[in-house]
Amino acid sequence: MPAYSDKVMDHFKNPRNVGEIENADGVGEVGNPICGDMMTFYIKVEGDRLKDIKFKTFGCGAAIAVSSMTSEMGMGKTMEEAMLITPQGVADELGGLPKVKFHCSNLGADALHLAIDDYRKKNNLPPLVHGEQAHHDEETDDQSWDTAVDVVEP
Amino acid sequence: MPDIYMDHISANPVLPEVKQAMLPYLEERVGNPSSLHKWGQAARDDVEAAREKVAALIGADPSEIIFTSCGTESNNLAVKGLALANEKKGKHILCSAVEHTSVLSSAKALKRFGFETELVPVDRLGRVAPEDVQKRIRPDTVLVSVMQANNEIGTIEPIAEISKVTKERGVLFHTDAVASAGNIPVNVKTLGADALSLSANQFYGPPGAAALWLRQGTRLTPLLDGGFQEDNRRAGLENFPAVIGMGKAAELALADMPHRMVYLQNLRDKMIQVIPSIVPHTVQTGHPSERLPGHASFCIGFIEGEGMLLWLDDSGIAASSVSACTSKALKTSHVLLATGMETALAQGSVVFSLGIKNTEDDVDYVFEGLPRIVDKLRKMSPTYAKFLKGVV
Repeated sequence: MPAYSDKVMDHFKNPRNVGEIENADGVGEVGNPICGDMMTFYIKVEGDRLKDIKFKTFGCGAAIAVSSMTSEMGMGKTMEEAMLITPQGVADELGGLPKVKFHCSNLGADALHLAIDDYRKKNNLPPLVHGEQAHHDEETDDQSWDTAVDVVEP
Repeated sequence: MPDIYMDHISANPVLPEVKQAMLPYLEERVGNPSSLHKWGQAARDDVEAAREKVAALIGADPSEIIFTSCGTESNNLAVKGLALANEKKGKHILCSAVEHTSVLSSAKALKRFGFETELVPVDRLGRVAPEDVQKRIRPDTVLVSVMQANNEIGTIEPIAEISKVTKERGVLFHTDAVASAGNIPVNVKTLGADALSLSANQFYGPPGAAALWLRQGTRLTPLLDGGFQEDNRRAGLENFPAVIGMGKAAELALADMPHRMVYLQNLRDKMIQVIPSIVPHTVQTGHPSERLPGHASFCIGFIEGEGMLLWLDDSGIAASSVSACTSKALKTSHVLLATGMETALAQGSVVFSLGIKNTEDDVDYVFEGLPRIVDKLRKMSPTYAKFLKGVV
């Protein structure tokens, strides 16, 4: 396991805003349990502000801490402001993430942005421009020692 | 808070008697076992005494023991050394699908020398069927490698039955006994293999000492070029303090094995029986009875292993997991996938590997803490929420 910062451990052990919102105004889901991490974000919108944010996360310590921090960073912001939250910004607020966790587990901003997209679509509002994304799907691992199982399948 | 270590498959404490045996070589004793002076000869004698003890642990002749630095080196030496020594005969290697990465990666590395590796499947319990080996042996097959016991799921393989097949077909057979040697009876005569890897730390010896047993008369291409140590099969200064510790650990393991096995099996069976009953949606991995004495492994549904380990650690319990998130490569365990485990469920892997210092109280403490931890993680799990709503 990687060494996590105190801030990551705090958000992992005491995650803020865990849960679901009944009749949420927008829902965003990223990842899947097969790749190890999955996050679902729920938002409640009032005017153009995020009145409430809740999340559920399946994943490692980093994934849970990232979700918690993203929800805190987005809370009360306007949707435009929330779209500016980036994976790098979330990692910085957490006092850094282990390199190996940055791409695969840093999906909170994506999930929040998708929830905002969902809200805007439902309300016939024009979509907002997404900030920098984690590009988790493009990340490949080329460490050769791990390619052992790529030999001829039975 | 208690301090409960249940990760013996990763590393073991060195027994006090082992430390005592090593101490002279970390203090006043000096001498390269290859040197002619009395210091060197004393070290040589002690290394040879250790070789006899390690040989006795597995029913072998001392001349058949090659000391190495770790289990990974032993596996590399066996797979690469045996394949390369026999490349004129053919370039086809068979490995079980659940081998340790040091075996699989060694086989794969031989690709650049023209070798081809084929995996032999396992059943849901992780067992290799001898007939599955048999039907894959080709005229150009030079080596079969099947581990004696799996480190991730604990399953013990039918090595003696597989060796009947390899003998019949005249193919060399290596077994990786790193997880098993010193923990269950290992006798190279009854197992019938040609090479066997073992590692000191797995039976309370020091890290840095391991061995490859190689049947007398078996040709091997060395991996390290240099001096004539280890009968010209492994060049380099012997790590003699560790080797001497390995000898002591082997002697203790052999003498104490029946007691250790019964003790650990009782604790293990309690974990295997109780954990699935107090943590719903949990499956035990590997074979229910044909398994390492102290090895209890599970996949727990709707949660991810790393979060579980962090919370266990927070409660004073050290365990391990083979989930994608806990692996440095971020890949789902090839062992669990080979047993047909669903990928999502494989992420909930947790392995409790018990040691002789663990107690009934330790096990009870895990029973107390684990359901609470799983509950906490499930409360924030979107897949569990979907399951409860009947979506999945």
